[in-house]
Amino acid sequence: MCTVTPISQTVGANRIVPTVAIPHPFGNPSLSMDDEYKLRYDIVEKGLQTLVTDIDGQTVFE
Amino acid sequence: MSKKVVHYINQFYAGIGGEEEAGTAPFKEDGPKGPGMGINPQLQDAEIVGTVVCGDDYFNEKDSALNEVMDMIKSYDPDLVILGPAFNAGRYGMACGKIGATVMEELDIPAVTGLYEENPGTDIYRTLLYVTRVGDSAVAMRDAIPTISNLANKLLAGEDVDPAVDAYHERFRKNYFTEKRGSERAVDMLVAKLNDEEFKTEFVMPDFDRVDPETAIEDLSKATIAIVTSGGMVPAGNPDRIESSSASKFGAYSIEGLDDLVEGEWETAHGGFDNTYANEDADRVIPVDVMRSMEKDGIIGKLYDTFYSTVGNGTSVANSKAYGEAIGKELKDAGVDAVLLTST
Repeated sequence: MCTVTPISQTVGANRIVPTVAIPHPFGNPSLSMDDEYKLRYDIVEKGLQTLVTDIDGQTVFE
Repeated sequence: MSKKVVHYINQFYAGIGGEEEAGTAPFKEDGPKGPGMGINPQLQDAEIVGTVVCGDDYFNEKDSALNEVMDMIKSYDPDLVILGPAFNAGRYGMACGKIGATVMEELDIPAVTGLYEENPGTDIYRTLLYVTRVGDSAVAMRDAIPTISNLANKLLAGEDVDPAVDAYHERFRKNYFTEKRGSERAVDMLVAKLNDEEFKTEFVMPDFDRVDPETAIEDLSKATIAIVTSGGMVPAGNPDRIESSSASKFGAYSIEGLDDLVEGEWETAHGGFDNTYANEDADRVIPVDVMRSMEKDGIIGKLYDTFYSTVGNGTSVANSKAYGEAIGKELKDAGVDAVLLTST
């Protein structure tokens, strides 16, 4: 789970989920605490979803 | 007068025995022995004047071994030292690398060995001596002997050598003058590539391995999930002193019983991004608060009590791979089912 997904692809990660930004992959300081938590929740949910999804090769889950 | 070469081999290639003889203490014999019998006739104006033998266990376990071997090598006053080849033999490869590196450093003469790509000695020592590319077992001896002899001959004659031409692992970048500046050479390469013509890169990318995707886990609500990060999150004060760049280690930290990562208790050691937001709220890099709430709601079985962290900034591929393997093993032993890897 990272922001610069081409790097994950280059190094060979199989399940790749794009995140928000390099210094705060799971957050956005410009949002309210509640909204930021919801954003983080959604990204983590997406990450967990990749773990229960079978894939054939490297996949970026947009 | 012909130049003098010393050859280093292990107990196996000296014909003494296999594992049961790996404790053999170092000794020397005049002239070529074992693979040296094949190398010696291929040397030009040079000959193997002595062979130093040491058991693989002895060398890797006894602190005094390196000095003992070095004294025997020095006793022949050589112009060059050949080691192995050790193919994919780990302890033998480490010995060849360490002795060769010491020869280059202390005696200021070239040292040539032959190691398989994945020999642990290759990554560690390839910049410190000449490590030629050879196959993974003694079956490749027939090809390895001319490769090693050819490079040794060139080095003895003081000729220029090249990693691509002479089949050894690149040691370091060499400064040289060219007619064309970098931008022009880069465009030339791009044009050649687009035209399907041959071109030679000036910066070889590391070899990244590929692994088959793991099958999906069946039931998240029964799974233990761990968090691993290259974002450098550590307890405040960075107790393990993980470096801000080119990290030499990783850390393992408990999040047992924590519902939220609070400002002031955690920080990032990473020197490659603005740390403000991660230091304000570590959940922005390792989402412990969300994972804990999902654990309480039964969406996941369990959030593993320890997270692993290193700094991904400038950290070498070889080190990253080693940390990954070590962390993976610990998590597997602990019965963790899956991992969220977070990266800044």
